[in-house]
Amino acid sequence: MAEQVWRTRGGARRSTRTLRVRACAAVMAVVVLAVLVVPPLAQLDQQAVDLAAKLQPPSWAHPFGTDDVGRDLLLRCVHGLRVSLLVGLVAALVATVIGTAVGAAAGALGGWADRIAMRVVDTLSAIPHLLLGIFVVAVFRPGLWPVVASVAVTHWLSTARIVRAEVLSLRGRPYVDAAVSGGASRWRVAVRHLVPGILPQAGLAAVLMIPHAMWHESALSFLGLGLPAHQASLGNLVQGARGSLLAGHWWPTLFPGLLLIVPTLAIAGLAGAWRDRLNPRRRSELTL
Amino acid sequence: MAGRRTLSAAPVLLAVTFGVFALAALSPFDPVKAYAGTAGLTASQAELDQLRINLGVDRPLVARWWDWLTSALTGDLGTSAVMRQPVADVIAERVGWSALLAACAFTAAVLAGTVLGVLAARRTGGPLDRTVSALAYTLEAAPAFWLALLAIWFFSVRLGALPSGGLTDAGSDTVTFAQVASHLVLPALVLGVSQLPWFFLYVRQGVADALAEDPVRGARARGLAERRVLLGHALRSGMLPMLTLIGSRVPELITGALLVETVFSWPGVAAATVQAATSVDFPLLAALTVLATGAVLAGNLLSDLLYGLADPRVGFDG
Repeated sequence: MAEQVWRTRGGARRSTRTLRVRACAAVMAVVVLAVLVVPPLAQLDQQAVDLAAKLQPPSWAHPFGTDDVGRDLLLRCVHGLRVSLLVGLVAALVATVIGTAVGAAAGALGGWADRIAMRVVDTLSAIPHLLLGIFVVAVFRPGLWPVVASVAVTHWLSTARIVRAEVLSLRGRPYVDAAVSGGASRWRVAVRHLVPGILPQAGLAAVLMIPHAMWHESALSFLGLGLPAHQASLGNLVQGARGSLLAGHWWPTLFPGLLLIVPTLAIAGLAGAWRDRLNPRRRSELTL
Repeated sequence: MAGRRTLSAAPVLLAVTFGVFALAALSPFDPVKAYAGTAGLTASQAELDQLRINLGVDRPLVARWWDWLTSALTGDLGTSAVMRQPVADVIAERVGWSALLAACAFTAAVLAGTVLGVLAARRTGGPLDRTVSALAYTLEAAPAFWLALLAIWFFSVRLGALPSGGLTDAGSDTVTFAQVASHLVLPALVLGVSQLPWFFLYVRQGVADALAEDPVRGARARGLAERRVLLGHALRSGMLPMLTLIGSRVPELITGALLVETVFSWPGVAAATVQAATSVDFPLLAALTVLATGAVLAGNLLSDLLYGLADPRVGFDG
């Protein structure tokens, strides 16, 4: 019965899939454009205080409303999203580089190096990510770089595992054996055969890590262990809105959170499409 | 078997305690100045040095770690500066409340996830499945602290139906069952909802896959009622992988608890962890990090054991 449903709806499913990917791409384009263009070009001060217009609900003049000192929330959210995306991108990049290096080295060298590297990965995985992040930030004091570092040191583990598994499976392939018996140097085998094989997986892991890193940063900032107030990210905005929320003003809390969800879903949708192309047999659900 | 698994967790736990000390040693944060507070600004260098010796900060890292470890094994985890009481007492007072919250949230998430998952899997691609799946992906992407704040706004501020935080009403000294129950609803709801998408998606996938397999076809061919097929056959085999993954959800549960307990001022260990971190209360933070790691390892162990029990093909040492 389940199979019938799949078969009859096959065509419809495929077209909604394309539509969804296009929607995700459009959303990401808007987000990236807004984040890149608005802060430098628009001559608007996100910190402009207007006490006469404090806590205005959403309107045409202020689409997201204003906060408790009359600052425009749309502008603050765009600036916050810029900070969050930047931290997410940098942290994901650093984590991917560490993860790929460790995973590839473990997989390619094998033996003791592999065993030690994987023990380290296992040990670090036993600590919940956010807790480890909190610990790192707490001992190094909050700030932009400790936050990036704390997200990076907690997120490279999965990439290392993926890359190691990929290298191990590539090492056994006939074309690698052929290259080795043909007299190719280790370096040549690594550069010509192993690196191209692991890049797609590592890239996919990196893209999927961006929303995760953004989420992480916002959680740290919300707990007061993240970015300083002058570099307000979406997490800082939600934290700053707690007072107005208890007075019944919902918009300063709602919009920063929504702006965190929308890019997350869009990135996950795009990454899911990419994964389906990499591995068409495993049309898995998009996971976040 | 179980003993061997437990033993293999011990080195990990040891490594984590040492890592915690090594990280703290790298920190630019000076415990002597923190201890002395504003008095440290006027104190002479000799006094600061004496304090350094008294606190034992001058000794090498390994020695401090060994001291901490040996006294931790006898139940002495040091004193928390921010709570102004021994760390062991802080944990003993709070761990029960955290466990209560986590258990309620987890049960709610498993029950709701199973019901929704079976309903969605019955007609994959149908309207119910599409709606609930889309909602699940959105919830999965939503930060738990944001959900918690929206819940406070709706249920406490707007409706005034439920308290917005704490364990009991302000001004009440005794902890009564009714008060705790009413204060538990919102945090448990939010923590449960933040865990729900994962359960839902797993059950949905498991049941949908099982519905396409031979035992279900056989059950249908024998003319069993649809309800019987769904619950007795598809759900049973679809739940098998899920059962074993429950234990591996501990890290996510701890992550959620860190945020939810903080927002709702729930007097649990997770909220204490955040407090310890914001005020750099190292003894408390170290003990709670190790406690959380222990919980994760225990969850993994439980997963392994359940896997062996549920599927006899898997040996314990496999």
